[in-house]
Amino acid sequence: MMTTYEFDVLVMGAGLAGLRAALAAHQTGATVAVITKVHPVRSHSNAAQGGINAALTDRGDKWEEHAFETVKGSDYLGDQDAVEILAQEAGQDILALEHMGVIFNRNEEGRLGTRRFGGQKRARTFFVSDFTGQALLHVLYEQAMKVRLPVFEEWFVTSLVKDEQGRCGGVLAFEIRSGRVALFKAKAVVIAAGGLGRVFEPSTNALICTGDGIAIAYRGGAPLMDMEMVQYHPTTLRGKGLLLSEAARGEGAYLLNSKGERFMEQYAPNMMELASRDVVSRAEQIEINEGRGINGCVLLDCRHLGKKLIRERLSQILDEAKSFANIDLTEDPIPVCPGMHYMMGGVKTDVEGRCWDLAGAWRGVPGLFAAGEAACLSLHGGNRLGANSLLDTVVFGRRAGRCAGEYAKTLALSRISNGVVKDGENGIKKILARPETGDTVARIRHEMGCAMTEGFGVFRDEEEMAHAQQTVGSLRERWNRVAIHDKGQVFNTSLVRALELDFMLDCAETIALGAVTRTESRGAHFRTDCLNRDDDHWLKHILIHHRADGPPQLDFLPVRITRWEPEVRVY
Amino acid sequence: MLTTFRIRRFNPEMESPQPYFQDYQLVTERSDTVLDALIRIRETVDESLTLRCSCRGAICGSCGMRINGHAALACKTKVASMVSSDETIHVEPMNNMPVIKDLVTDMAGFWEKIRQVQPWLQPTGPAPEGEYLAAPEAMNHLTGVMHCIMCGACVSDCAALEVNPDFVGPAALAKAYRFVADPRDGNSSSRLRELNDPGGMWDCTRCMECIEVCPKGVGAMDRIMTLRAKGIEHGVPSTCGSRHTEAFADIIEQKGRLDEPMLAVRTFGLTNLRQLFSFLPMILRALPRRKLPISGPLFRPIPGIDRIRRLFRRAKEPR
Repeated sequence: MMTTYEFDVLVMGAGLAGLRAALAAHQTGATVAVITKVHPVRSHSNAAQGGINAALTDRGDKWEEHAFETVKGSDYLGDQDAVEILAQEAGQDILALEHMGVIFNRNEEGRLGTRRFGGQKRARTFFVSDFTGQALLHVLYEQAMKVRLPVFEEWFVTSLVKDEQGRCGGVLAFEIRSGRVALFKAKAVVIAAGGLGRVFEPSTNALICTGDGIAIAYRGGAPLMDMEMVQYHPTTLRGKGLLLSEAARGEGAYLLNSKGERFMEQYAPNMMELASRDVVSRAEQIEINEGRGINGCVLLDCRHLGKKLIRERLSQILDEAKSFANIDLTEDPIPVCPGMHYMMGGVKTDVEGRCWDLAGAWRGVPGLFAAGEAACLSLHGGNRLGANSLLDTVVFGRRAGRCAGEYAKTLALSRISNGVVKDGENGIKKILARPETGDTVARIRHEMGCAMTEGFGVFRDEEEMAHAQQTVGSLRERWNRVAIHDKGQVFNTSLVRALELDFMLDCAETIALGAVTRTESRGAHFRTDCLNRDDDHWLKHILIHHRADGPPQLDFLPVRITRWEPEVRVY
Repeated sequence: MLTTFRIRRFNPEMESPQPYFQDYQLVTERSDTVLDALIRIRETVDESLTLRCSCRGAICGSCGMRINGHAALACKTKVASMVSSDETIHVEPMNNMPVIKDLVTDMAGFWEKIRQVQPWLQPTGPAPEGEYLAAPEAMNHLTGVMHCIMCGACVSDCAALEVNPDFVGPAALAKAYRFVADPRDGNSSSRLRELNDPGGMWDCTRCMECIEVCPKGVGAMDRIMTLRAKGIEHGVPSTCGSRHTEAFADIIEQKGRLDEPMLAVRTFGLTNLRQLFSFLPMILRALPRRKLPISGPLFRPIPGIDRIRRLFRRAKEPR
């Protein structure tokens, strides 16, 4: 049985960022493979509903406006050099996607149509009904099939492998279907394994969003950045936390409190429901906390949009509301509440996706790249604008893939002993051999999720955060002992969930550490014990380094400002 | 309510592995989906219960399985919609694909067939500087097919695939339609010629199960029927399937009811003696029972045939 595979570039994750990176790396002539724990089209990029932003200059839009609104949305924590690239290159990437076959909505002239999205004054969100992520993901997978990109489906990556010089040399993984452990040697590894939503309970995120890539890079020596910045989406369903797209408000839906008032008038008189997400989520939470909610929710009202528009442009959430809340959006308003949705932070990269700094201002792992939600440039800073996440995946997925491909061509494959495979096998055996304690992975995961939501929700304070941080610490102790009940080799999802929890606990720790460290309120990080943004002290990023023997180490990087000095942020 | 989940299980690592049914009893709420229940079973009762699941919102397509005999997404199926209190709900892996473990099936064959239709846009000529211009209706129409999440439900329950493993299947054909109907694709004719081959669009037996079980309203069989019509429009070489379609319509237009022997002759062709002779035993059995239909000139048009012909004329009028 083969235990070693070799590629120039190995991409971990097959969502939009992963596939885009792999296709770009493939174009450089490098040998490329993708490794993913689910089939590519099962990836969570699917869940992005509303659209993808771009300022197309041929229709009078300006990339500077898009960039400024992204910076303002980020509460001035976004690095402006990265934001400028995002906004400048958006147009070419939208067109490239269209040429690949994405069936973007059209206007009457047959050209690409747009809708409005939060935090932006102009309609610059391109979309496919309200399943844009799925439409993009399936098209990128079509392109992957076209070039016969090798995809290792349902392989679970357990760790990064480094050579003696500390350069990234590949990953260790096991095939879920057989339990077989193998070493994937690569000159460059691109982490594009998505977010970590399941660290929280509830979350809009799929069950697979367990921060694997973030944790693997972190343990491998790459710093994590902006981990305290967790986005709460204003319109999620109570209970399981399923997402109702911002597209609803983009098309004109209202948010109402129990008195039937459009309460956003009080909080964002100009942008109303389309203020940025942190602002709307906070407003909703205040309404709910002050007794103007309905069972912990406010109402999203689409009725005035008309049946035709709802059916054509909001078909998926129409279906979703019917299936999961038993509500007909064309007839009744639907209760929604803020729900954990997106991780602005992640593995620190430069604008080429590199997890190491050529200039030496911060240290990381040469040969390691990251893109998409797992990465942090930082682009989204304290708060991501709706429809900027898809754009992030295609622009910076492409850049990371291309840079990884070019980088790999300059190098020889690093020497790594095959002994690591044995180590990997033994690690798994040890976990499987743990004696019964009566505890379960599911219980620990649930307690972690609830503690994180409690401590690191829309509003935070020192006491609650410290309590949650402590809980996470004790859950780590419990993880070290918890037994796996399924002892088999074939499709042992019990084992997979235990390893995912291991990764999630690392993520939870870094979120907590970032949040208690940042003693101000900025973007999604809102502390009731430090109400104001403090540009004098905190116009900087928090970087967290993993240390095998001792607590994580903190480091700081100033925000890169190119043209927009911080201003008071009002919508 | 108390619900019994009778789950078909299979563990390839057991000695002489055989599928078996295992019952789990669970108190379920009105809002619970089958996936909620299965997750609760694996989290609180039996960690070894194996299934794929991810998004919980009917968009990732992971949790396709058969629930009470029909393929569905577990995350989109309410327990209460399937059974009343104290009844048993049957959960099995998808059909028409090998089982790996419990509810997890091997979808490699499924994807092989998707690849067979060359599922990527094939425009002719270089790409325009800006976007391709396309009518908004054409793009809106395509979103219906793009809703497909490749969950495999249609393939699981496809009656034609069950007896004919070479059939490319409803999911792949719906995907093929997505390109044939795309105004930007320049390869419709060759795509249709490929689909005209055995195993392609004519192998569907129109049982409608794929329409019935699709959780996203893709309507695979309707797409297959449109592919056939487009194939004929594009003048693909005639097949039994296309001749059957044309002869059927033609006979009805002429006679108002079906001349079955004529349909067989025109479908298989007068020169296909082997096929026609194969009907002999049936004819000999039908004859003494007076079931042999009359045919040809003896088979008279029904009274009021003009009205039928008028319908045909109207249907053929350009809209």
